[in-house]
Amino acid sequence: MEVEQLEIREHLRRHPPFSFLAEEDLNRVSGAVEIAYFRADSDILSLDQEITDLHYVRQGSVEVFRSNGEFYNRLGEGEIFGQISLITGRSVRYPVRAHEDTLIYFIPDSVFLDLCRRNEAFADFVEVEDRTRMRHASSQSRAGQEMMTTRVERLVHREAVMLPGSATVTEAARRMTEAGVPSILVCADDQPSELPQLLGIVTDGDLRRRVLAENLPGSTPLAEVMSESLVSVESDDFLFTALLAMLKHNIHHLPVMRRMKPTGLIDLADLVGHETRNSLFVVRNIHEQDDLDGLVRLLPDVRGSFVRMVNEGANAHMVGSAVATIGRALKQRLLELAEARLGPPPVPYCFVAHGSMARDEQSLVTDQDNALILDDAFDRAEHDDYFRALAESVCDGLAELRYPYCKGKIMATNPDLRQPLSAWKQRFSDWIGKPDRPNLLNSSIYFDLDGVHGQTHYADILKQWIAEQASRSPAFLGCLAHNAQTRTPPLGFFRDFVLEKSGRHQDSLDLKRRGTAPMVDVIRVHALASASLAQNSFRRLDDIQAAGFLTASMTADLRDALEFITGTQYRHQAENLEQGLEPDNRINPVTLNTFDRRNLKDAFRVLANAQRFLRLRYRVVKV
Amino acid sequence: MTGSKVSDKPRRVHWPTRFTELAASASTPWIQRFYEAGTVAADTALADVPMVALDLETTGLEPQHNAIVSIGLVPFSLDRIRVSGARYWVVRPRRELDLKSILIHRITHEELESAPRFSAVLPELLEALSGRVVVVHYRHIERPFLDQVCRRWTGAGLEFPLIDTMLLEGWAVRRNRSLAQRLGDRLGVRRRPSLRLAACRQRYHLPTYTAHHAMTDALATAELFQAQVAHYFRPDLRVDRMWM
Repeated sequence: MEVEQLEIREHLRRHPPFSFLAEEDLNRVSGAVEIAYFRADSDILSLDQEITDLHYVRQGSVEVFRSNGEFYNRLGEGEIFGQISLITGRSVRYPVRAHEDTLIYFIPDSVFLDLCRRNEAFADFVEVEDRTRMRHASSQSRAGQEMMTTRVERLVHREAVMLPGSATVTEAARRMTEAGVPSILVCADDQPSELPQLLGIVTDGDLRRRVLAENLPGSTPLAEVMSESLVSVESDDFLFTALLAMLKHNIHHLPVMRRMKPTGLIDLADLVGHETRNSLFVVRNIHEQDDLDGLVRLLPDVRGSFVRMVNEGANAHMVGSAVATIGRALKQRLLELAEARLGPPPVPYCFVAHGSMARDEQSLVTDQDNALILDDAFDRAEHDDYFRALAESVCDGLAELRYPYCKGKIMATNPDLRQPLSAWKQRFSDWIGKPDRPNLLNSSIYFDLDGVHGQTHYADILKQWIAEQASRSPAFLGCLAHNAQTRTPPLGFFRDFVLEKSGRHQDSLDLKRRGTAPMVDVIRVHALASASLAQNSFRRLDDIQAAGFLTASMTADLRDALEFITGTQYRHQAENLEQGLEPDNRINPVTLNTFDRRNLKDAFRVLANAQRFLRLRYRVVKV
Repeated sequence: MTGSKVSDKPRRVHWPTRFTELAASASTPWIQRFYEAGTVAADTALADVPMVALDLETTGLEPQHNAIVSIGLVPFSLDRIRVSGARYWVVRPRRELDLKSILIHRITHEELESAPRFSAVLPELLEALSGRVVVVHYRHIERPFLDQVCRRWTGAGLEFPLIDTMLLEGWAVRRNRSLAQRLGDRLGVRRRPSLRLAACRQRYHLPTYTAHHAMTDALATAELFQAQVAHYFRPDLRVDRMWM
C-alpha cells in the first residue's frame, strides 16, 4: 500500500511527537494505524482497562478523568493519550471519554515502543512529564542577552573603600584619590570590621555639591554629607538587577555585597560601557523631562524598549520589573512636577502603588492603582486641598501616559484613599480581623503595595503591619483562599479553550483574567500566611518555600507556570505593538503554535492544581 | 454521482445460500475459492461482521462503456479500521483514458503505463474481499463494475453482499428531518441535503479528505459507516437488515 497517498501521514506529520520522525518512520507509523469513531459522550478508555495502543486524536476532542471521576484534562486534535500506560505497562489510570464526535488513530504498542527506543526526541516528548516539559520551555526562552546572564562581580574592578561616618570629608577625599575611586562607602562607627553596617555613600559629586559649593569645612563628618543608601546588590546578581536598582532609585552608584560584606562598587558608567544600547535608559530620560508633554513624547521609547526586551528574550520576571520601574519613574516625575507647581506638601506623605506595579510585574496593559499614605499630623480640613490637587495632577498625567483610570476607583483622587498612616493600619486591621468575603474580593489588590515617592518607609511600616496580622488570622486567610478560587483557568484547549463568551472578543482568551491574576491571587494567600514582606510573586514564592508552606516542587511548578503565562502575555503585547495595534491581554488560541498551546495548557493545569490545594490548605472559618 | 434512485428497492438475498450455489457453478478456481470462503450468517450482529470498505475510480458511470482506473480497499470492523491491511491498485484499462478523468483521479500516464491489467489483480482483489461484507458509498458503481469486468475475463459475473452508506445516510437524513421539512421535500420546495461522501462525513464531524482517490475514499467510507452505526444503529443489529 502506498502510504504517502494517505491523509493519515500528513496529519501525523504536523503534530509532535510525530513531527520529529524521519520519513521512513512516519510511513511505518501511518501504515500501522488503526482507526475508530467515537460518538460524543461515549467511553474510549475505562478505568483499569488493558491497552495495547497509543491513542491519537485525529478529529474532535476527548476528556480525561482522574480515577475518582474528577475532570483532569481535555485533549484536542493532534494530541495523544495512553502513553503512560504503555510505557509503564500498567492498566488505565485515567479514563477517557469522547467530548465531541471523535476520530481516534490507534498506534500499536510495538510500533510506539520501538520509536521511543530509537528516536530520542520522540521519547523525550512522550516520557517527560508535563511540568518538566514546561520548565524546559521557559528556560529556553531565557537565552541570550549579556545583561541578563552576566553577574555583577564581573564588573567590580574597584575594591570597596570604606570609612566610618565620623571620618572627615578631607580624609575621604584623600582616600578616594589614593585608591583612584569616584566614591566611598560610609559605615557605622562602632561596627566590627568583618561585618560593617552600611550607612551610605559619598561620591565625587557629593564632595563638590554638598561640601565645596556649600562652603563646608574639611572637618565635616562624612555622615553629614553622604547620600543615605540602603540599596545594594549581591555580587552574584545579574547586571540587569543592578541596572534596575539604579534606575528604580535614580542613583548612579551601588555598593556590591557578598555575604553582608561590601566588596566593591559598581556605577552606572560601568554598565553603560558594558551595554550601551540598553533599552532601559529610557528611564533616565523620564527623570529629565520638565513637563507632562515631555513625558508623553517618551511614550514611543517606553513601548519600544518593552518590545526590544521581549524580543531579546528577557524572562517575564525581568520584563515585569522593567515595566514597573518605568511606570514608577513616570509617577515619581509626575509627583516631582506637581510638587514644583503646588509647593512643598503641608505634611509628609507617601505615594503608594498597588497591584502589578507594587509587585514589580507590570505589563503595558494596566490601569492605575494608587493611594496616599499621609503623616498622622494630617488634618483633612486643612491639608486635603493640597493632596487632592496633587493626586489629580498625578492621576490625570498617568491617564495621558496610557495608564487608564482605575474603574474600581483605587486611585489617590478618591478621598477615601487619602488617609493618614494610622487610619490605613486600622483599615487593614479591620479587613484582616473581621474578614468579609465579598468585601475582600475587591480589596485584595490593596495587599500588594509599595511606596513610590515621598516617605516610602510608611509603605514598609504598613507591609510589616499586614504581614504580622494576616499570618495569624486563619479566618482572613480562609476568605482570601476562597476568593482566590473564583477565577478558574481555561483548562480545555484550542477550540476547546473556554473562550470569552461575551462582548466583541468572542474567540479570545484573556490571559490576565484567566491566568496571571488568579495565579497571583493564589500566591498572595500563601505569602500572607507565611508573613512574607515580599510583593513580587517570584520573591513571594521564595519566602513561601522557605517558610515550608509549599514544597520546592510546588513552588517550582508555580514559578514556571507564571513565567510561561506572563511571557506569553508579554510576547502577545509586543506583537500588538509591532503590528501598530494597541496592546491587550487577549490571545486567540488558534494563533498559537502547538508547542505554546501545550505549554500554556500545562501552566493552566498547574494553576488549577494550586487552586485545589488552596481549598485543602485553608479552611473557611466561620466567624 | 447522483442521489440514490428512490424507486430502486434493494433486493433481499439470502447470501450464505447464494454463495453455496455460486461456489458450485464457479468457472475459475479463484472465483470458486471466493464463494467457498462464504459469508457470515445472516443473523450475525454488526459488531461481529468482518467488513471491507471498497472504492473504485472509473472513467464514467456505465460499466458497459467505462473502465476501472484504480481500486482501493481497507478491511475493518465496527471497532477498528485496519490501515495495515489496506490495498490500492492502479489498473490499465483496455480503452484509452480520456484526459479529464486522469486529472480527477490524479493518476499520471506514467503510472498507467506501468500498471497491471485488471485481470492480474483480480485474484488478489477477491482474496482481500473474501469472507467480508463489502461496504461502499453508492452501490451502483463497485458491484456492477466488478460484475462486468469479471464477466469479461471469466465469462461469469460476480456477486457479493453489500452495504451502502449512501442508502443508510438517505434513511438517516429522512428520519432526522422535521415534518415540515419532509413536506417541503415532497412538494419539491426544499433542497434535499447532499448525500455525497464528503457532505455525509461532515454531518458526523469527520475530517475532510481529498476526494477521488480510491484509497482515501475507501477509508472515508469505512469511517462513515462506523459513525453511522454509532449514531443510528445498535451494534447487535443483524447484518441481513442492512446488506443487500
